[in-house]
Amino acid sequence: MFAYLVKRVFQAIAVMFVISLIGFAIQGNLGDPLRELVGQSVSEETRQQLRDELGLNDSFMTQYLRFAGNALQGDLGTSYFFKEPALDVILKKLPATLELVMGATLIIVGLSVPLGVYTAIKPDTILSRLIMGLSIVGISIPVFLTAIMMIFVFSVHYGWFPSFGRGDVVHVWGYWETNFLTADGWMHIILPSFALASIMLPLFIRLIRSEMMEVLQSEYVKFAKAKGINPRRIYFLHALKNTLLPVITVGGVQIGTMVAYTILTETVFQWPGMGFMFLEAVNRVDTPLIVAYLIVVGFIFVVTNTIVDLIYGLVNPTVNIARMGA
Amino acid sequence: MTKFVRSLAAVAAVATLASAANAETTVRVAYDADPVSMDPHEQLSGGTLQLSHMVFDPLVRWTKDLQFEARLAESWEQIDDTTMRFKLKNGVKFHSGNMLTAKDVDWTFDRLKASDDFKGIFAPFTDVEVVDDMTFDLKTAEPYPLVLHTATYIFPMDSAFYTGTTDDGKDKSEIVKHGDSFASRNISGTGPFVVSEREQGVKVVFDRFDGYWDTETAGNVDKIILTPIKEDPTRVAALLSGDVDFIAPVPPTDLKRVGDADGVDLITMAGTRIITFQMNQNRVEALKDPKVRLAIDYAVNNAGIVDRIMRGFGTVGAQASPAGYLGHDPAITPRFDLEKAKALMAEAGYADGFSITMMAPNNRYVNDDKIAQAVASMLSQINIKVDLQTMPKAQYWPKFDERAADMMMIGWHADTEDSANFHQFLSACPDEATGNGQYNSGAYCNAEADALMNASNSETDPAKRAEQLQKLENILYDEAAFIPLHWQNLAWGSKSNMNSTDIVNALNFPYFGDLVVQ
Repeated sequence: MFAYLVKRVFQAIAVMFVISLIGFAIQGNLGDPLRELVGQSVSEETRQQLRDELGLNDSFMTQYLRFAGNALQGDLGTSYFFKEPALDVILKKLPATLELVMGATLIIVGLSVPLGVYTAIKPDTILSRLIMGLSIVGISIPVFLTAIMMIFVFSVHYGWFPSFGRGDVVHVWGYWETNFLTADGWMHIILPSFALASIMLPLFIRLIRSEMMEVLQSEYVKFAKAKGINPRRIYFLHALKNTLLPVITVGGVQIGTMVAYTILTETVFQWPGMGFMFLEAVNRVDTPLIVAYLIVVGFIFVVTNTIVDLIYGLVNPTVNIARMGA
Repeated sequence: MTKFVRSLAAVAAVATLASAANAETTVRVAYDADPVSMDPHEQLSGGTLQLSHMVFDPLVRWTKDLQFEARLAESWEQIDDTTMRFKLKNGVKFHSGNMLTAKDVDWTFDRLKASDDFKGIFAPFTDVEVVDDMTFDLKTAEPYPLVLHTATYIFPMDSAFYTGTTDDGKDKSEIVKHGDSFASRNISGTGPFVVSEREQGVKVVFDRFDGYWDTETAGNVDKIILTPIKEDPTRVAALLSGDVDFIAPVPPTDLKRVGDADGVDLITMAGTRIITFQMNQNRVEALKDPKVRLAIDYAVNNAGIVDRIMRGFGTVGAQASPAGYLGHDPAITPRFDLEKAKALMAEAGYADGFSITMMAPNNRYVNDDKIAQAVASMLSQINIKVDLQTMPKAQYWPKFDERAADMMMIGWHADTEDSANFHQFLSACPDEATGNGQYNSGAYCNAEADALMNASNSETDPAKRAEQLQKLENILYDEAAFIPLHWQNLAWGSKSNMNSTDIVNALNFPYFGDLVVQ
């Protein structure tokens, strides 16, 4: 177990290193950060002076080594726009994003299991066909379109939900402010969560459905049926348990992916999280923030994958985590 | 589910009513961006000036029809060729409680001269001399016609508040472009609003300043909550659903929707930002020939672009100066005549045309990439084959600085609100020493035009100045120095129960201090 974790930590460091290098390599192509910092009439001479101050005129290697040196001491640079350490900016935005991902996860877990099981057990009913049809639509429509349509239907037309932002949040601890403790906060998080869930939910319904159908064909289910066990017990106790194994693995990885999907959802809903912040940073060529974001997201991926592996070991006794470290 | 949602909605509605009951007038404003810094001298941008008009007051400000209106300056008079004497209003208090004196103006002026972004505008000015507590002289090196124009940029700062050192030993007055500074986080002006809360990129909360000097204004807004909403459809949805009361800008695609909606007004106005194409004479021999440039101008149907692409949301232009500026000559009208264009090409010896490259940004101006595509296809009519490349502004500007294509798009708004500024940056002979022609990617150069600009810069008689500047516009028009397309219009969306029409202006700094909510 310990060996496994150590191995993972080294992998994480390697991943972070590669990401930082890639992030640094692309920044030259993102454009000129100076344009967002100065007004139109500022002379070329003053611009050059500022570039020197920012160290933008140094060679790629000099800039990277300077960055890497600072990064080793926990300093990922200072955002041009926020004028604060990039890591602080991201950590302040992180809770909003994680809450959004949590909201979407609740929706996905809450809906995909019953719907997936139902469509597997009764594949020929109209309702099943409807669910499967809608899930195709859900997968096919881009998130930002779903989000905009939801705003126009539920905020503008019906006026049920607010159209943007986080609403009233309650301070919990450190940078963490939560939506889940006020009615207004709940109202604000519902639409963005559904928008974010709109891609993953159909995927999970389909995954659970196909896994369940496969399990239902297996010998032990047939035997249980023949034995005359209550169908409910067969479906939800015996079959579902085995269905969920692959779902957990895929699910864990997808939660990481969802952090990346938040870029679109947050932008449309003006959700003050780090996905929206990243897109803005790209527009402003706020390179320290861009590189820091990539590293943090890379870190989140590594962590979620590790946790998924650990959980998988707990759920499925045939997997031996201890040996994976070898 | 529906029941649950409805009951939640009901709870929210009750909560809103309850908060409305304590009679505080709150206006929620959504812009596409929020100010980058609280320091009014850090960046010369629309966002900074909008903030300045809320938290500070200028000496004078522009009215809706581009006249000057006294604010902190009570009166002013020209006492000699290079000196304008200003008298300040009495009893003006800063948010910190300090009283405004001429010393604050002097201090602010020195800071402006030290600011990278503002020192260009203040280059003709030499000094502010304090005469007494309420009187000061603003001095220029040469006679200068734009003293009042420039005075709209002097928002006196609270010198006592911004003097001294912070706890960590930094000078409170320093201007820092890309880092933390006292002035970027703390603010004290004389303006109608005090910043009471700010989370960058999320919201700024402004509260009415109790001790505001202007007691005659009808403005009755107690609190303004400014939220940046980047995404156009979301900003419009927020207005239509009642989540915000005032938005800017309204995207061209949603003008009709906002105009038709109940309880919401669409306010539009001709703007002052001209969109143009420049033709690089250094890169393409043919573009040195005025006939070829004229042919291009004749081939480009700018009225069509405004009509089809901008959906009427622009004012067709044939010169840089918009109406209301001294240099604007109403006799200069847009040209579009394909036959004439073809004839001119043939006359210049290019009947078979030639190939050029073109670059334009795709997220800087309204519909910029679509405009560029339209222009490219219009030029194909006169056998000019265009290789067009569009890119985000962050990548475009470095390309523009390199003069990387034969035709490049640029939009310009004159910081001085004066005609000479267009020529100085866009079409004057490029000269590194003076900074003239810094954005002249066409390398157009005409000594007579430059002489007219220089003469106008020291001509204080408005009538003579107008003559010079209009002559200048005519030269640029006759030689087709650049291809003018249109002035972008401005659009705001507002709840109908506010007098928003009265507070907006072509400069796009709504005077929220005068906003009245019924």
